[in-house]
Amino acid sequence: MASIHLAQDPYNIIITGVGGQGNVMASRILANMLVKRGYYVTIGETFGASQRGGSVMSHLRVSARSSWSPQIPKGRVDMVIALEPTEGVRVLKNYGNPQVKILTNTRAIHPVGVIAGELDYPSMEKIKNWVQELTSSAWFIDATDEAVKLGNPILGNIIMLGALSGVGVLPLDREDFKEVILGSIPQDKLDINLKAYDIGRQIIKQ
Amino acid sequence: MSYLMDNTEGTQYLLMGNEAIARGALEAGVRIASGYPGTPSSDIIESLAEIGKDMNIYVEWSTNEKVAMEVAAAGSFSGLRSLCVMKQNGVNVASDFLFHLAGSGTRAGMVLVPCDDPGALSSATEGESRFFARLVEIPLLEPGDFQEAKDITKWAFELSEEIRNLVMLRSVTRMSHASGNVKFGKLPRDGAHAGFHCDGFILDPMEGPMMSTPVGYKHAQQQEKMKKAREIFEDCPFNTYDGPEKPEFLIITSSACNLYSREAISILGVEDRVGLLKLATTWPLPPKLLKGYLSKTDKILIVEEVLPFLEENVKILVAEMAPEIGIKTFYGKNDGVIPMVGELNPDLVVGALAQILGIDYKAIPDGYMNKAEGAGISETPSRELTFCPGCPHRASFWSIHNALQLDGRKGFVCGDIGCYSLAMLPCGFSTLKTLHAMGSGGGIASGFGKLGQFGFDQPVLAVCGDSTFFHAEIPALINAAHHNSDFTLVVLDNSGTAMTGFQPHPGLKVDALGDDVTSVDIAEICRAMGARVEIRDPFDLEETQKTLNQLIQDKGGLKVLILRQICALSPEKKARKKYEMTIDEEKCLGENCGCNKVCTRIFRCPGLVWDKDKNVTKIDDVLCTGCGVCADICPAGAIERKEAA
Repeated sequence: MASIHLAQDPYNIIITGVGGQGNVMASRILANMLVKRGYYVTIGETFGASQRGGSVMSHLRVSARSSWSPQIPKGRVDMVIALEPTEGVRVLKNYGNPQVKILTNTRAIHPVGVIAGELDYPSMEKIKNWVQELTSSAWFIDATDEAVKLGNPILGNIIMLGALSGVGVLPLDREDFKEVILGSIPQDKLDINLKAYDIGRQIIKQ
Repeated sequence: MSYLMDNTEGTQYLLMGNEAIARGALEAGVRIASGYPGTPSSDIIESLAEIGKDMNIYVEWSTNEKVAMEVAAAGSFSGLRSLCVMKQNGVNVASDFLFHLAGSGTRAGMVLVPCDDPGALSSATEGESRFFARLVEIPLLEPGDFQEAKDITKWAFELSEEIRNLVMLRSVTRMSHASGNVKFGKLPRDGAHAGFHCDGFILDPMEGPMMSTPVGYKHAQQQEKMKKAREIFEDCPFNTYDGPEKPEFLIITSSACNLYSREAISILGVEDRVGLLKLATTWPLPPKLLKGYLSKTDKILIVEEVLPFLEENVKILVAEMAPEIGIKTFYGKNDGVIPMVGELNPDLVVGALAQILGIDYKAIPDGYMNKAEGAGISETPSRELTFCPGCPHRASFWSIHNALQLDGRKGFVCGDIGCYSLAMLPCGFSTLKTLHAMGSGGGIASGFGKLGQFGFDQPVLAVCGDSTFFHAEIPALINAAHHNSDFTLVVLDNSGTAMTGFQPHPGLKVDALGDDVTSVDIAEICRAMGARVEIRDPFDLEETQKTLNQLIQDKGGLKVLILRQICALSPEKKARKKYEMTIDEEKCLGENCGCNKVCTRIFRCPGLVWDKDKNVTKIDDVLCTGCGVCADICPAGAIERKEAA
C-alpha cells in the first residue's frame, strides 16, 4: 500500500458538489488519511456564501515535499471527485486537462432555477458523453442510490472515498480510514461508514 | 478531547489556518480570548471556546468588536496574555479604541487577529486591516503558510511583551479557511494570576495608570516601541528568501500570496532566475534586511492582494536607499500586472510573471478548451443564491414585500449584514434597497424618517438580525427615538448569529463557554426607548402582514416589529418538521390556474418543485423542513399541511 508513488507532486484533487452533501467532511477525511501516510496535504475550501444548495468545492494538494497553494492552478487537476454530476463538468472546464481522471456520482441535485421550471437539467446520457470526452478515465458511481440503500443518502460521500481507494492512485488504507473517521463520528456509526467505504471500493474493483 | 489540546511535542496534525492560530495562542499560554463572529475569522474563537473550560481560558463572544478589544485589553493590563479576533470590518468598528490602546500600550502580550477577505467571498466590502497597523503605529505580522500561522502567533505574544504594545497578526480567507500540516510545540503550564497595578507613577508603564495621555510623551514612547520592533524584525526567523544568490528578478510577497508566488515560479520553471522574498513582518519593514535583497537585482515584482500596501512601503525605502542601491524597476499594482480588485490565485501570479519575463504560457491547451466549450458547459444550469428551505427570512420578506406593495407609496427597506442581505436578490423579492455596515439599516432609516419636511412620503422600513441588534442597531434606534424619526424597524430574530454558525449573543441564555447567563430582551430595550413594539411569528403570514400594514400607517414615530422564528438550520430545529406537506393534485391547476406558478416561480422555496410532466407542483420531502408557510400562499388551496406526528 505505502509503495504507491504519487503520479504527480503535488497530486491535485478536487472534490465538488452541492452544500449539504458532505463535501467538506470528505475532503478532511481524505486529507487526514494521506497525512497519516506522511504526506503534506493542503486543502482549500470554497464556502461562506454557499448556503445549502450552492456549489461547494474543495481543492486538495498532496505532496511529499511541502504545502502548496490552497487554490489549484487552472488546467492542473489530476483527479476529480464529483458528488453531483453537473458540478463535475463545471470543474473539468476550468481545471481539466487531457490526462484528468474523474469519479462521478450519478445522482443529480437540481438548482432552484430548474425546480422553478426556468432552466433545464441535462440528461445523464449527455453528461456521460461530455465527461468521457474531457477525461482520460471516468467512473460513474450510483453512490447516493447505494447510500439510500444503507439508510442515509449522506453516506454517498464515503462511498465515493471508497471508490477512490479502489482506483489505486493514492496510498489509501482502510485502517487509516477507520482511525480518521472515528475522529468525526460516534463509535456506533463506524460499521455503516466502513460498509459504505467497502461498497465504493467494490464498485471500482468489479 | 480536542486535538488542539494534544501536548505531545512534534506531533503533526492537519489544521485549518484558524485552528493553527488558536493552537499558537494556546502554546503562548493565552488566558483571555474575545471576538465577534465574522467569516473568515470565527473558527479561532470557536475552537478556543470549545476547550476554554479544560484549559482555564476565559473566552467570550462580545457584543461587538470594540467591546471585544476592550475586554481583551483588561486581560493584558492585569498580566494575562490576551487574544482578540474579528473579521476585517470589525477593525473598523474597534478602531476608536484601537487608537487609544496603541497609545496607552499594553502589559502582558496582546495580539489582535483580523481576518481580511480579499475578493469579498463572504463580505460586502474587501476592506483592509493592514493600513490600520500603519495608521495606529503598531507592528503587523502576516503568516505565509499554516505552520507559520501557529508559530508566528506564539511569537506575536513575545513581541508584544518585548515592546509593551499591541501586535496585529493579519490573516486572509485563503489562510484562515485553508488547511495544511502543522507540527505542534509544547503547551505551557497554567500559572495565571490576574491583578491590575495602577497606583504607581503616572508615566510608569507597568505600575501606573493605563492611558494614552500625556499625548506628547506617550506618542513619542509609542514611536520608540516601533523602532524597537523594526530592530527585532531585521532578524525575524519568519522572513525568508528562496532563490539564486544573484536573481535576475525579485518577488516580494507575504501571506497567502507567498504560496501563489511559489507555485507560479514552479509552474514556469524559473527557480534559477527568480528570487522569492517572503516577508512576515510587513509593518514596519526592516530596512537592512530589504536592502540586502534589493541590492541583488534591479527588477522587483510585489505580489499582494487588493491595495498596494507593501508596494508603496517598499518604494519609500528604495527611494531613501537609492544613492546606495541604485534605481529599481517595479512591477505590481501601479503598472497593472497585479489587479487591485479581488483575491489573487496562482494563475494571476503566473500571468504577471510570464508577461514580465516574456514567457508564453497557456494553462489549458486550446484543443482541450475548445472541447470543453463544445461539451455543453453552457447547458449546465447555474446555482443561484437563495434562502434555505424553511428559512424564516423568506416568509418575513414575503410579508414585507406584500405590505409595501399594498401600501402603494413606493416604500422600501434599508438593510445591513446578515443572511438577510440576500433580500436584495429575487429570493428576498428584491425588497432590500440599501445595504451597508452592521446597524446601518436603522441609521439610514432614521435619516429617511426625517425627510417629511421636504415632501418625502415613502414608507421606510429597516431590518436587522438579533445579533446585529446588540452589535450596532441600538445607537441608531436611540437616535431615531430621540428625534421622533418616522420608520419601522423589523428585527429578524432567529435566535442566534446564524450566518456564521450559531454563536451566542446577549439575547440568549447561554454564552460561548456554555455557561448559563442573563439574557437581554430586545423588546424591553425598544419599549424603554418609547417605541411601539409588536412581536409576531413570520410563519403566520396573515398576522404579520396585517401588523406591518398598521405600523406603516402609524405616523407616531419609531415602531419596532420583532419577527421571531428560529433559523431552519439551527441545531435545535434541524430535522424536526412541524408539518407534513402534501399537494392535492386535483386542486393544483398548474399553468391553467392563473396564479402563474406563484409557489415555485416567486416564493421559490427549494422544497417546492415544479413537475413539468404532470403540470403540478410537488414537495421535495428531503429538502422540505415542514414550516407550513407555502400552504398560505397557494390561491387554490392545493398545498396542504398536517401536524407532523
